[in-house]
This record gives sequence, C-alpha cells and structure tokens, in this order.
Amino acid sequence: MSDSPIDRPDAQTPKRTGLFGWFDQRTGLDGLLREALDEPIPGGARFAYVFGSALLFIFISQVITGVVLTLYYVPSADHAHTTVAYITKEVTSGSFLRSIHAYGSSAMVILLLLHVTQTFLYGSYKGRRELLWLSGCVLFALVLGMAFTGYLLPWDQKAYLATAVGTNIAGEVPFIGPWIKSLMRGGVDMGTLTLSRFYVAHVLLIPAAIFAFVALHIYLFRKAGAAGPINEDPVTPTQPPETFYPRQVVIDALFALAIIIVLALLAQFLPFELGPKANPADTRYLPRPEWYYIPIFQWLKYWPGSLSFLGVVVIPGVVAFLFASLPFLDRRMERRPWKRPVAVGTYVFIFLALFGLGAVSYRSDHGDPGYAAQLIAQQKAAEEFMHQPFEPELSQASLATANAALADPVAAKGEKIYRAQSCNACHGDGGSGTPAAPKLTGIHARFSADQLTALLKNPSPKMTAGGMSPLELPAEEMTALVTYLGFLK
Amino acid sequence: MSHHEIDTPASNGEPSRRSYIGWLMGLCSTGVGAVLAFPLVRFALYPLTAKTTETKWSDVGPASDFGSVTTPVQRSVTMEQLDGWRKTVSEKIVYVTKDGSGQLRVLSAICPHLGCSVQWTGSKHEFVCPCHGASFATDGTRTGGPAPRGMDSLESAVQADRLVVRYRYFRQLVPDKEVIG
Repeated sequence: MSDSPIDRPDAQTPKRTGLFGWFDQRTGLDGLLREALDEPIPGGARFAYVFGSALLFIFISQVITGVVLTLYYVPSADHAHTTVAYITKEVTSGSFLRSIHAYGSSAMVILLLLHVTQTFLYGSYKGRRELLWLSGCVLFALVLGMAFTGYLLPWDQKAYLATAVGTNIAGEVPFIGPWIKSLMRGGVDMGTLTLSRFYVAHVLLIPAAIFAFVALHIYLFRKAGAAGPINEDPVTPTQPPETFYPRQVVIDALFALAIIIVLALLAQFLPFELGPKANPADTRYLPRPEWYYIPIFQWLKYWPGSLSFLGVVVIPGVVAFLFASLPFLDRRMERRPWKRPVAVGTYVFIFLALFGLGAVSYRSDHGDPGYAAQLIAQQKAAEEFMHQPFEPELSQASLATANAALADPVAAKGEKIYRAQSCNACHGDGGSGTPAAPKLTGIHARFSADQLTALLKNPSPKMTAGGMSPLELPAEEMTALVTYLGFLK
Repeated sequence: MSHHEIDTPASNGEPSRRSYIGWLMGLCSTGVGAVLAFPLVRFALYPLTAKTTETKWSDVGPASDFGSVTTPVQRSVTMEQLDGWRKTVSEKIVYVTKDGSGQLRVLSAICPHLGCSVQWTGSKHEFVCPCHGASFATDGTRTGGPAPRGMDSLESAVQADRLVVRYRYFRQLVPDKEVIG
C-alpha cells in the first residue's frame, strides 16, 4: 500500500491512520495539536504556571453554566427574581448550577489575582511582553465587569441596592458622571431598563470581548514564549525546555479538577443564596457588594463631596495607569523579586492596603451594633426566603388583578353582568381571554364606551363568526358592563 | 502501513509513564465532566421529568355535601393553571350532579355549542343555555337545541373527603369532547 504512487505526496510527514487520520488529512488537526501541546517551557513544568490555564478553564465553565441558566432566566424587573427563585428552588440541579456559576465568579477573581501576582513576582511581563501585559489588563477589567453586571441579575434586595450604589459611584465622576450613570441605568433611576442593559453586557458584550482578548492574549503569549523561572532570560531562554504536554497539561488538569471539586462542594453544601425580591422602598437595608469590591467600597467612604474627584477618579486612575504601564516603566531584565524592591514593595503595599480596607469595612460593619444587627437581619431574611417553597408569579389575568375593578360600584355591577351573561365563558374571567375568544383587557384603549356599546348590540361579522351573539340589555346594565370593560387592564 | 510504528505507544519506550499520564488525564476529564455534565443535563432536561405546565385540582367542597344531591348544584371553583414559573388563577362555574349509576359527576358550565354559561332551570328540570336554547338532562346528556354533544364532564375525585375537579376547556361545535388550551 505504501508503495502506491497515490500515497507518495504524504510520505514526508508522519501519517495517522483510522478516524484521527481521516480528520487530520482534512483539517490538519495533528499539526494544530502539536503546535498547542509542544509549546516549550524553559526550565520545565511547574505548579506556579497553572493560573492562566485555570482562568481559561473557569471561564469556559462560566460560559457553559451561564448559557444553560438562560434557559429559565428572564431579564425583566417583573420576572427576574421569580425566574431565579424557580431555578434555585424548582429546577433539578438548578441551585447547584447557579451556585457553581455564582461561586465561579469569585473563583475567577481569586485566580485572576493569583495569575497577576505570579506574573508580577516572576517578572514575566518583562522582555517584549508589553502587549501581552496590556491585553491581560483589559481582561482584568472585563472580568471585573462581568462580576459587576452579573451581580444585579437575580434582582434580589442585595443585588438591587449594591448596583444602585455601584452606579451612584459612577455618577460621582466629574462632568460626565451623571451621563455615565444614566447610560448604565438606562435612565435616571434603577429599573427594568437597567436590568436589560446589565444583562446584555453580561451575556453578550463582555463575553464577546473576553473571547477576543483571550485569543489575543494567548497569541501574544505564544509569540513571546513562556518566560520560565525567575532566573531565566525572558527574551532568549537558556534553560533546557520541556514541552507543555504532558507534564504541565497534567498539572493544569489536576488543578482544574481541584477547582471544580471545591466549587461543587460549596454548591452542594453551601448553596448560593437568593434573598427576597428587591424592594427599593426599604431604606434600612445596608447594601454590600461582593467581597472583592469591599476594599474599593470602603475606600470611597473617605472621599466625600469636593474631594470625591481625587478619591474616585484621580487616585484609582493613577494606580490603574501605573499598573497597566508597568512593562514600559520597569525596563530592566532583572526578574528576581528580591532584586526589585520598589516594584515588589509597591505591589505588596497595594495588596496590604486593599486587605486593610477590607478589614476596616468588616470592623465598621460588625463593630456598630446597629449595623451588625441589620446585617444579621438581612442574612436571616435571605435564609428564610431560601427555605420558603417556590411561589409562582401570579399572571396579570388572574383573579386578584380582576378583583381590583370591584372598588368602583358601577364596575362591580358590570362584573356581575359580565358573568351572568356568560361573557367570561369565552372571554375569560377579568377579560383574560380563553382559547375560545380574545382577551378584553385594554380594550378601552381601542374603543370608546359608545363604540363598545354599539359593538355589543350589533357585533361585527368577524365577532359573529367567532360565536359572539348580540347583547340586549337595559341601558343602565349596558353602561355598567361597558364601565366594567373599561377597568380591564 | 509502513508508518504503523509511530502510532504505537509501546514503541516510544516509556509505556508505564505514558499510561500513568493517560490515567491522570482520564481521571481529570472524567472528574470535571461528571461534576459539570450530570447537573447540566438534568437542568436542561427538567421539563422531561417534572410537570412544568399543569392545571391543579380545584376544590369543589366537602364530598358529604353532594352525597344526597338530586338536582344539579352550581359551584364556583378556583382554577389554578401553572405555566413554568407563573400561574393564572381564575374562577369557573361547574355543576355537581349524578350520572345514571348514582356516581358524582362534575360538569363544566360552558355550553359545547358556542360557549355561553349553561343555566340549571329547576322549573323544566333540565339545563338550558341562555344563548341559543340548547338543553341537557340532569346528567348533562344532550336533549335538544343546537349543541353538538352533551355537557362536558370534568375529571373529578374525592381526596381527603373533599370533592376536587381538574378544570379544562373543550373545543366547541364538535361532536366529540376534545380538550384545548
């Protein structure tokens, strides 16, 4: 077989057989896999290098769990909370998957911090890696954006008020602040348009940007090559390399397994809570963001009024700018942390400051008896809500809505006539409509009282064809009936 | 065939290390796959295992109230329809009566002709539809008028000494009872 002339063109490259060979000949899969797996790692595989792969893994897990959560979720202020409660309390594995997704966001932030810290301490941003670092900074911001936008979606008390605070902070930015705030909220106040915007950002815009920047980040990483250990030259590595596959792949896979097991244990034994539905009127509620925003939350407390420009814009802006421009500022090729006291010192200082702010926030919440009691009450309310059975949302056409009309005595009389004349048999109670006849809710917007009276006395041919018979009533009863129809909303 | 040896792991000289790595990779993929795939499938297939749309049993009253009925009794029942995470509550009129063998039977008040509410007319000892005059016997069988079939009986049961009924809508103007909606 191998001597036949047809086989000759392929004879140069190792040829695979079977199903894999069939695909390889058509896709070049083998070459792609080799390109991906044979990436050289100077100095060999290490546990310290797992965080990048782990972030990719958790991102994919977030995408998959997020996609299935949308099977039941509805992004509207009316329904969001009910549908999340439905997912949590009714749908099989719903609480588990939602918890994996919610805890996954925390896991992603933790891994992101570890990835950045490893890159920083190892000086892996050095040696023609400026764009790699910058694309990573964009991904950092995008992940924080995902966390911020996802937090609102359950539309519970915590989500609503924390987002109200978060968007208020954006409003503090001088000149364009109010404009940014209105743009984020889809209006001056928080409402259903806010939810639509956050939803679109969370499931379409930011994920699309993350996909694009992950591709760019990986491309730039492969272009620059793995930086290797701290005593390695970042541009022209000298230490004997080891390929990514198999050892680093196995280490990464074991770490991924550990992450998913931790998330699964949390999801199983400490399900992520859903609090009672957002109630903007509750002024006692103390909104608190997710843990990773707490230090910034605390920081902003120190910059009231005219100083807010400095605290909210200038200082964080300078820190972010310095952080992003790190590979441009730190041009030395020295990578060992103990030889870079200024850079490492600054990094450690910022981290300690963030921890400190978090600790201060915790102490001020738990040190004040009033705050502490309120926070405990909020926690209790959430636990209580979790234990209540799922309560379906009452549809607009339901009895409770229909009965609202009875406050008006004429409408109440009309309602009796509506039932006595069997109108409800076809048009449903409260004009909700049935398969036999259309709904009458909102009909007053399309026809005047006189037009309705005329139609009831002499139905149109279309109505007659549908089974509507002419109605003969004393004028007073007809008025009552038409009044009642006006109440159907 | 001449390249066959490239595909054979044994020829790479490290069969035990290779199989160890293969085992670890298998463990990780199976572990991650099982933790995620199983709940994902259960979540997506939830509508196959649970009733996501349902008309609940409506309470008509204590069963003892109807033991001695001789003429049909009108009752208003609260109908609760579940549709995923929402429900619709409405009030419906039914008649509790007895069939030929003396068993309780619950009839929908909706006329199978054009859907008006059928009334029990004690003086004539029959059901009469006020719209087009269809008439029905005590047990709901058609006795006259334009209706294509008798009054529609509803699925009913006695649960914990209460008479309950599952309210349904039926297609009008057809000779055979057919559930809609």
